[in-house]
Amino acid sequence: MRTIRFLLQKEFRQIFRNRAILMLILVMPVMQLIILPFAADYEIKNINLSVVDHDHSPYSRLLISEITASGYFKLQGYHTSVKAAYGLIEEGRADLVLEIPRGFERNLIREGEQTLFIAINAINGTKAGLGGAYLTEIIGNYSRDIRVAQVEPMRFSTLPTVEVIPSNRFNPMLNYQYFMVPGILAILLTMVGGFLSALNIVKEKEVGTIEQINVTPIRKHHFILGKLIPFWILGNVVFTLGLLVSWLIYGIFPQGSIAAMYGFVWVYLLALLGFGLLVSTYTDTQQQAMFIMFFFMMVFILMGGLFTPIDSMPGWAQVISAFNPVSYLVEVMRMVILKGSGWKAILPHLGAISGFAVILNGWAVWNYRKTN
Amino acid sequence: MGCFINWRGKQKTVDSYQLKEVKQFATFVKKEFLHVLRDRRTLFILIGMPIAQILIFGFALTNEIKNTRIAIIDHAKDNASRHLIGRIAASNYFRIQEDIMDEDRLETAFQTSDIKLALVFPANFEDNLSRQHHAQVQVIADASDPNSATTLTNYISAIIRDYQVELSGQMPLPYQITPQIRMLYNPQLRGAPNFVPGVIALVLMLVSVMMTAISIVKEKETGTMEVLLVSPFKPVWVILSKTVPYLLLSLVNVLSIVLMSVFVLQVPVEGNWLLLFAESALFIITCLTLGIFISIKTKTQQVAMLVSLMGMLLPTVMFSGFMFPIENMPVLLQWISNIVPAKWFYSIVKSIMIKGVGIEGVWKETAILCGITLILFVVSLKSFKIRLE
Amino acid sequence: MTCTETVISTEKLTKQFGDFVATNEITFEVYKGEIFGFLGANGAGKTTAMRMLCGLSRPTSGKATVAGFDVYRQTEQIKQHIGYMSQKFSLYEDLTVQENIRFFGGIYGLDNRQLRSKSDALIERLGLEFQAKKRVGDLPLGWKQKLAFSVALLHEPNVLFLDEPTGGVDPVTRRQFWAMIYEAAGRGITMFVTTHYMDEAEYCNRISIMVDGRIEALGTPALLKAQLNEQSMDGVFYQLARKAKNSG
Repeated sequence: MRTIRFLLQKEFRQIFRNRAILMLILVMPVMQLIILPFAADYEIKNINLSVVDHDHSPYSRLLISEITASGYFKLQGYHTSVKAAYGLIEEGRADLVLEIPRGFERNLIREGEQTLFIAINAINGTKAGLGGAYLTEIIGNYSRDIRVAQVEPMRFSTLPTVEVIPSNRFNPMLNYQYFMVPGILAILLTMVGGFLSALNIVKEKEVGTIEQINVTPIRKHHFILGKLIPFWILGNVVFTLGLLVSWLIYGIFPQGSIAAMYGFVWVYLLALLGFGLLVSTYTDTQQQAMFIMFFFMMVFILMGGLFTPIDSMPGWAQVISAFNPVSYLVEVMRMVILKGSGWKAILPHLGAISGFAVILNGWAVWNYRKTN
Repeated sequence: MGCFINWRGKQKTVDSYQLKEVKQFATFVKKEFLHVLRDRRTLFILIGMPIAQILIFGFALTNEIKNTRIAIIDHAKDNASRHLIGRIAASNYFRIQEDIMDEDRLETAFQTSDIKLALVFPANFEDNLSRQHHAQVQVIADASDPNSATTLTNYISAIIRDYQVELSGQMPLPYQITPQIRMLYNPQLRGAPNFVPGVIALVLMLVSVMMTAISIVKEKETGTMEVLLVSPFKPVWVILSKTVPYLLLSLVNVLSIVLMSVFVLQVPVEGNWLLLFAESALFIITCLTLGIFISIKTKTQQVAMLVSLMGMLLPTVMFSGFMFPIENMPVLLQWISNIVPAKWFYSIVKSIMIKGVGIEGVWKETAILCGITLILFVVSLKSFKIRLE
Repeated sequence: MTCTETVISTEKLTKQFGDFVATNEITFEVYKGEIFGFLGANGAGKTTAMRMLCGLSRPTSGKATVAGFDVYRQTEQIKQHIGYMSQKFSLYEDLTVQENIRFFGGIYGLDNRQLRSKSDALIERLGLEFQAKKRVGDLPLGWKQKLAFSVALLHEPNVLFLDEPTGGVDPVTRRQFWAMIYEAAGRGITMFVTTHYMDEAEYCNRISIMVDGRIEALGTPALLKAQLNEQSMDGVFYQLARKAKNSG
């Protein structure tokens, strides 16, 4: 135990001596947590709309005003020709062109039906799909309103209707930031912990101090523990700072058991740092360690369920996700913070991550050879 | 090793000019190539990274609703409710968790993420429907993910609406407006046209900014930089020679991404290939300059890495517009996005690859990129001189 | 140097990397309190042999014991009884003089009282009182090397392995350095030194010269000079090293 104390003392001294790194570790995540959720707003609104109205009737004007009043669309302007409006799409200034044909009002009233033409810039498929859906819904409501106003109400009451009463659990206002903040915090914690631990042992290799350590009687697991504990503590500091930021700035406070969340994060950090140390033992230079870590981080983060739900992934990708520690953290963070889950709900996740922690650290100790 | 053959071929033409400086430069470039090629693991990752990214973005990341687990609590258990449940079960969108039958278990099921949505039929569903012509269904969605919640609720509503139409006996509704929607550039609404340009920007940023910054700082850290700087060769050229391998490597990456996109994802290049590569080269040069700037300002590899990773890479993901729409951001962040080179490059690649636009459609973005590069270059050169004195 | 207690003994010790035999069946003994010079051209296999004796590298075949412990099975016990100082400076540059001393003393199991007294004594002996709180990275090379030497002796090892300890150091410091080596040997600590300086070879009690992984000569400097009919160690070394195939 005495050896570990000296190792810890040394690691902490080195961490605190390197002010630039320390600042980066503590300030960067906090700043990013403040900025990113504002940027990572995936809610689709402000779709740029360009209108070509050939009809110029009260009906067409009403339709346009209903569309703009919905809040999803931003009217970029009126155009007299479809060609000019398409030009706007090409330049990227409009996302959607609505063309109202001549005789819109007349046809609608006399013949009871009319077609509208909509062109959407679909390079961003999600945005185009949702934009189209919003517009269809608004047009549907619009035609229903006309129907109600024009036809005597009696005829409709005999039609059977099933009313859907939607309710949104856990996030009734559908605030997108509630969704993103816990996930982003998970990612930042992962990046800080992963990179620092991956670079650490390999730095000693590059500088040559590891040789000096290897000729001492330090036990392998003591050495690894001496590397693990400081970053584990640092990870907890970063995590706590992140929770404070999300509470103070976004008003997000864990609904569930804070103890359960910390319990999970403690084990998670062990697994993550173990992985970093493992990479460190397999590489010779910091550059190598960083790029290998970067590769895994990228796969872990992209497939961790932060941006797109894991349920929608194809089978093989879901299998990969089962071996992705980040996906467990993202899920647990959302469960505890937003849904108010406790120990019982996160138990399977805790079990899985404990398994990772044991395997990764065991592997790292095994692969760190003092003798070759 | 292909690079070597290439390089030797070049050397011959260079010799014919008898330019000593150029030959020296070639010697330095050769040394840098050796560094890059010698480290197989890093090289493997640098070349494998774009391929993995294309595969992940192309096949793993979708917002598609498929087999979403839901619970149905049927207090009615009558023909109408059973019929509606049958319709929901028949759709590919939902998988009904049969074991959750009462409301007490809902909360836990939501908390453990066993279900994403629950449907509750009131006791006399069919009665209400046939006698009062009006019945209610409660749809409870897990809105911790707001977009999924909205989409799921919409899907359920659509199934219920179809059922309603069936009940009303296909009676045509008056005052029907049919929107005819044309999806431009990407009729199947696939993700690829959006992310392929994004992946190109991301990978170039990574290889060019991070690799250059780190490899230069590494020489500072190990002391070999001093050896290079005392050589009779101009220090500026020493630095520039370090960027050549990464320029080439980046172009190889652009090629591999574009080929993957054309042959694996079936996203063709609508515009001019040559223009696409010329613009890529411009962006790579911007990134290399950025890398040099970081390396001049930092002392250790770890700092250089953290700065280029946290400070450059994430903003690229966030502010280029390929993950998150820029127009949704607060105005301040929209301004910031304008100084992120990747934003302009992303827009250029999208225009050339997907919309098939020529130089006349991207000259503005190109000019901005040139401007950013020039500013970075001048600033780097200035701080480099200061360091030398 | 009448003491004949054996501290290092090897028998046909061999290390092979693929087809390349770095160290080829070397056999020798080193006695207590002796200054043993381990010479050879670059690439002759010195460092490999030394790494095996320190427990950093596992031999391919042959036998060896260091301080009575086996190099195959008892590497951790060996480490408790040896000190090691390599050609590549290997203290932590971002820690201060004092912090380095305490760290390395600590991991060798010195208690707090010992640590304090030893580190004070060491700092005083090296005349580093004013630099004790300075980062090691800011010290001149000569002082760094002397510091590294002293740190390697903190735990009173039986053997100290010195891998080209005086590389790049000025002549005055080198002389001081050798005084330190003599002083430690006088206390009964065996010094196992590799060097490229032939004048330093003359300071050793006995030397061995390795060529292409084999020990080609072993004995006191005077004996070797006599055997090969040379006036100086330089001559001895040239005569032997010329035969080498894979050194340069």
